[in-house]
Amino acid sequence: MTPVIELAGVSKAFGPVKVLTGVDFALYPGEVHALMGENGAGKSTMIRIASGDHRADEGEIRLDGEARRFRGPREAQEEGIAVVHQELLLFPSLSVAENIFLGHQPKTRRGFVDWGRMRREARELLDRLDCPQLDVDQRVAKLSVADRQRVEIARALSRKARVLIMDEPTAALAEADVQRLLDVIRRLREDGVAIVYVSHRMNEIFAIADRITVLRDGTSTGTYPVSEVTESSLVSMMVGRDIHQLFPKIEVERGKTRLEVRNLSRTGLVEDISFDLHAGEILGIAGLVGSGRTELAQTIFGVTPATSGEIKVDGSPRKIASVRDAIANGIAYVPEDRGLHGLVRPQPLRENVTMAILDRMTKFSVIDTGREQRMAKEAIDRFAIRARDARQRVGQLSGGNQQKVVLAKWLATDPKVLILDEPTRGIDIGAKTEIHRLMGELARKGIAILMISSELPEVLGMSDRILVMKEGRLSAVIDRKDATPDKVGAAMMRTRPEPAAAGAVR
Amino acid sequence: MKSRSFHVVGSLGQEILLVLVILALFAFVGWVNPRFVSENNLTSIFVGNAYIAVAAIGMSLVIISGNIDVSIGALIGVLAVISGLLVTNGYPIWFAWLAPLIIGSAINTLLGCLIAYARVPSIIATLAMLSILSGGLITFTGGQWISGLPSGYQLAQFRLLNIPSPVWFMIGMTIVAALLMRYTAFGRSVYAVGSNPEAARASGIGHASTVVKVFAIHGAIAGVAAVLFATQLQVIQSTTPVGLELVIITASVVGGVSILGGVGTVVGSTLAAILFAAIGSSLIFLNVSAYWLKAVQGVLILATVLADMARRRRTG
Repeated sequence: MTPVIELAGVSKAFGPVKVLTGVDFALYPGEVHALMGENGAGKSTMIRIASGDHRADEGEIRLDGEARRFRGPREAQEEGIAVVHQELLLFPSLSVAENIFLGHQPKTRRGFVDWGRMRREARELLDRLDCPQLDVDQRVAKLSVADRQRVEIARALSRKARVLIMDEPTAALAEADVQRLLDVIRRLREDGVAIVYVSHRMNEIFAIADRITVLRDGTSTGTYPVSEVTESSLVSMMVGRDIHQLFPKIEVERGKTRLEVRNLSRTGLVEDISFDLHAGEILGIAGLVGSGRTELAQTIFGVTPATSGEIKVDGSPRKIASVRDAIANGIAYVPEDRGLHGLVRPQPLRENVTMAILDRMTKFSVIDTGREQRMAKEAIDRFAIRARDARQRVGQLSGGNQQKVVLAKWLATDPKVLILDEPTRGIDIGAKTEIHRLMGELARKGIAILMISSELPEVLGMSDRILVMKEGRLSAVIDRKDATPDKVGAAMMRTRPEPAAAGAVR
Repeated sequence: MKSRSFHVVGSLGQEILLVLVILALFAFVGWVNPRFVSENNLTSIFVGNAYIAVAAIGMSLVIISGNIDVSIGALIGVLAVISGLLVTNGYPIWFAWLAPLIIGSAINTLLGCLIAYARVPSIIATLAMLSILSGGLITFTGGQWISGLPSGYQLAQFRLLNIPSPVWFMIGMTIVAALLMRYTAFGRSVYAVGSNPEAARASGIGHASTVVKVFAIHGAIAGVAAVLFATQLQVIQSTTPVGLELVIITASVVGGVSILGGVGTVVGSTLAAILFAAIGSSLIFLNVSAYWLKAVQGVLILATVLADMARRRRTG
């Protein structure tokens, strides 16, 4: 049997950075082929090449055994290759049917949109996906995430997709919806659709995949039938090293209690969270996207102040009603999206470094620019920021260096508690390691660190303890020595909190 | 020290360019028609237009903070009439000079609150204010000009060291505003809020309070501009100057203030206002129809915004 689509020796570089090197990948009709690898391993680039979004520098793409070059995503779509993106690309103000057929609406003979046919065919597609309850005239804005995903899949099918690429489709789904999605995928497989399934979740992979390809640092470590691999063999293939080697964890004596959170709630976002955080401790927070991890951080930091509960810093209760209050009480928050929340990109590095402590930099409300310059220089040295000088605009720096500027900005506030939200997302391996090293150093200096991460290896590798969140609540607290991917993963999925986690955790 | 001076040039690119263009314009038109650079003409250029440069300072703050104000022309008209009515109705001259600052600031503080707290987009809030002010003005005055202004009221005709007072106001206020924007926490906050409101919020910088302050200052500056406008002639027109807001916004933008917020300086907007005044006058001296001024302004604004977009693409 010939593969529907095959990548042979594909390489791709962005500027000096090699993202893919000689990758081979073959996808057969009627198989679910899992694509695994750490963030930054090259999965998304590979998907983009297969779907015509990027062009390979070297190597060949073959469709049904014939070499093809896609000039753009449209050509790939015409060949029946469809991608269901992680961030669903739908139009909220249009109806379900309109979204499904956007760009290829059925037309009447006079060239107008054939609404009757469009709605009928949308209905058929949705029935095929086992969602008879989904109204084709509903506006997409009103749908749940799971339903939006179904619309997106229906859209792919409406283009007669033979190849369906799903990029972390379950990242934002509740357990019941995950099961329904897997059923849909099985049905599509029976219909002969070839499916590329990108996911970090082991249990899904073993439940659905026929074969698995693992990417590591831009190269393929091989393709295996699912029966030939185990969870631990997969992890070592992805990481290439033992987890504990990858994250050189510094053992730090646990100091006094820095942060005490008691029954903290913010209506609709987080509910009844209690935990302690000690000086020198790195407390990891794991959970699915939407489980309330970021919301918890923002509640502690005063972005969305708590509606009930108590926060104590160094033993005394503090009122945190705003970001200012949080900063004044020694809490710093390095946000998940540094472009959106972290930096002012057209401003120079030094002005970004002092942005969170402007009121401490002034005398008679005039900024001490000499001190500012010194602080920026120190930050450049201390964090090994690759910048021309302190006056370079931060927008011109690389992602890893931008992240270091954000870190520098928050460390300038001299925090007792440092909250890091996805501290290494989207930065290269080298900068990642530096940031991990830095976290260890900060912990040694007695800063209490709360680290939110979606990367299980990072959570397992860096944390002294792990809080697992689910649906706005704490679902488990796991000590470093007991933490396994299975245990944390299970707590992320669990519908009911374990009795042990229900009370305050000290 | 060397790298510091380099930095000043680097960050003042647009300003240096404007200075060169202004000098070139004076040199060229003065060469064609020497009367262009006569003291008389220079005085009339500056006295007649300094209020635009002054108003553009406040406008620059507003645009840097990520907002826009299209009601500024109407506000200047209203404040000028208020000043004139006060003085012709027997109030002391100092009071007639001071009242526009306070009233302007009050009106714009209200605008700022609408924008910052009620979250009305600034284009909508100020558009509404434009209608209210210009409609109110014409209803109230019936279009009659105010005359019979007492001598001693004509602030714009005063001189110090033989330099007309509007020039002093223009230069002095530009310097103060430039220092405020560059060396104070408030100035920093304006750039941060205009460039990335989310990041500013996450850094503990109050978005709403910064925007309200910007509008309050802008209103007070508009008051100064209104007094300079009202006191240059023996009469005060009681209609709002048509298209004044566009000239002021154009000066800010051509001066290097990014219409997307977060970027620019008040020095640039003042220079651009001077450039426009000089172009307007030079058209007369070159025997070109003065109606071309608007077209030239239009071309300049497009060129500046295109250059700004290109710069943004390059530097990210």
